[in-house]
Amino acid sequence: MIVVQNPGAFTTVQDLGRPMQGMSGVSRAGAADPVSLRLGNRLLGNPENASALEMTLLGGTFVFPEGAVVAIAGPESVRPVHLQPGETLRAGPIQPGVRGYLCVRGGIEVPLIAGSASTHVPGNMGGFEGRPLRKLDTLRIGTAAVGAVREGIRPEILAKLAPRRTLRVTLGPQADWFPADALAQFLTGTYTVSNNSNRLGVRLDGPALSLQNGAEMTTEGVPLGAIQITAGGLPIILFVDQQTTGGYPKIANVVTVDLPSVGQLRPGDQVRFEQIDPAHAHQLIREREALLKSEEIFL
Amino acid sequence: MLLKQLADARLLYSSDQSVLVDFGSPKDPATRHRVIAAARKLAAFSIPGLVNLHPAYATVLVVFDPVLTSADEIVGRIALALAAHTGEPETTAPCRLVEIPVQYGGEDGPDLGWVAEHHRMTPADVIERHSSVDYEVCFLGFAPGFAYLTGLPESLETPRLDSPRKLVPAGSVGIAGRQTGVYPAASPGGWRLIGRTTLEMFHPARNPMSLLQPGDTVRFLPL
Repeated sequence: MIVVQNPGAFTTVQDLGRPMQGMSGVSRAGAADPVSLRLGNRLLGNPENASALEMTLLGGTFVFPEGAVVAIAGPESVRPVHLQPGETLRAGPIQPGVRGYLCVRGGIEVPLIAGSASTHVPGNMGGFEGRPLRKLDTLRIGTAAVGAVREGIRPEILAKLAPRRTLRVTLGPQADWFPADALAQFLTGTYTVSNNSNRLGVRLDGPALSLQNGAEMTTEGVPLGAIQITAGGLPIILFVDQQTTGGYPKIANVVTVDLPSVGQLRPGDQVRFEQIDPAHAHQLIREREALLKSEEIFL
Repeated sequence: MLLKQLADARLLYSSDQSVLVDFGSPKDPATRHRVIAAARKLAAFSIPGLVNLHPAYATVLVVFDPVLTSADEIVGRIALALAAHTGEPETTAPCRLVEIPVQYGGEDGPDLGWVAEHHRMTPADVIERHSSVDYEVCFLGFAPGFAYLTGLPESLETPRLDSPRKLVPAGSVGIAGRQTGVYPAASPGGWRLIGRTTLEMFHPARNPMSLLQPGDTVRFLPL
């Protein structure tokens, strides 16, 4: 059992998300930084998709009346912690990045919705009662563990997986709606992550881009990591709890391998974009996956 | 970037984990029906690595897992699925009729009077016009369980509120421009509210979660 003593700024139950609900207008949700979640779970001998608590900025304080083996997983450190019955865990503040995962050996037991434990905040669904955790919420620890608890993740692996501030992108379906100088401005400019960012989208402040005149956009399905240019010319990166359709032109799309980096962007961080081709994006995600699945990641 | 040209659709690169299937002009009703037929075929055809389908007015976004499959593989599967014959005519999507009982006016529809005045008709005329036609669900989007409907009579085209309400109750039926729809959950909103239904438009424990699905026919029943 886990008793929430202090839920921090925004803590939700997340796994790797809930596919195939797009026809009902529901996006995938799931961990904003799935790399950290997967490393935490693998360290504890859990299946990679086991549910955990995603903490934001401040972390949180949790009591374990029966004890537990847990891991706090974030970009620089993923370590197991053995808690005695009645012990209190104070996690955070989150540093570096903006999100950390409190993984528990056995996972967190919540009712599955369409096969997933993930909280979808705008849909008020999934996770613990479809909402962020509050003080004195009580969660059950599951029985998902399948392997042994490991000692840690090798530092050079964590360095290799560190979140990037230069996000690699491929060009979006409406990239040619922008004049060449606007596209160049987008690919060379520096953008600052706005305070007004969350799991639905990451808003960026920086050079505003102009559109070609006369282009009229019909609402269409929008993928994770799509970079829409809104009416004011500023980019927004659609994120895990995103709307499933959108009517703004998409200049580019963050490649899959760099999406976990988006989940660690903190308001005020500066980002840039680097264009790569689709074949390169594909090769990068295959390499990343092979690394995450390997045994070499452990100490 | 064009990935493949089919007889009635273009497959376009969208991201390294998605392909946009484009059926042409959104203004042509046949396009909408092709979109719905395609979404159903793609859902029924078991495609390895398929993660999501997002139909819209003229397109279906096909999302895949780039670790389990590749863009080339997905493009091939989409072409096969769309070429498969289901026995149903391609341009007339089979429709299910969903009737939505609505309490028009009063606290449930605080803008009914304004809408009537705007169109120089009586509230009863607005109700009659709104509930006498069949609407079609194009797709779900904007929010979980929010259906984009076509078919609002031109005579009911109404501008949005100048400033959105902070809280619109779940089930509210509104009009904005040429669109009408039902708010599936309490949220801020700028549509003119003419009524409210007690039907649960979205429920996570239901399969499918959204009461309305693309291709459904919708009729509003005044209570």
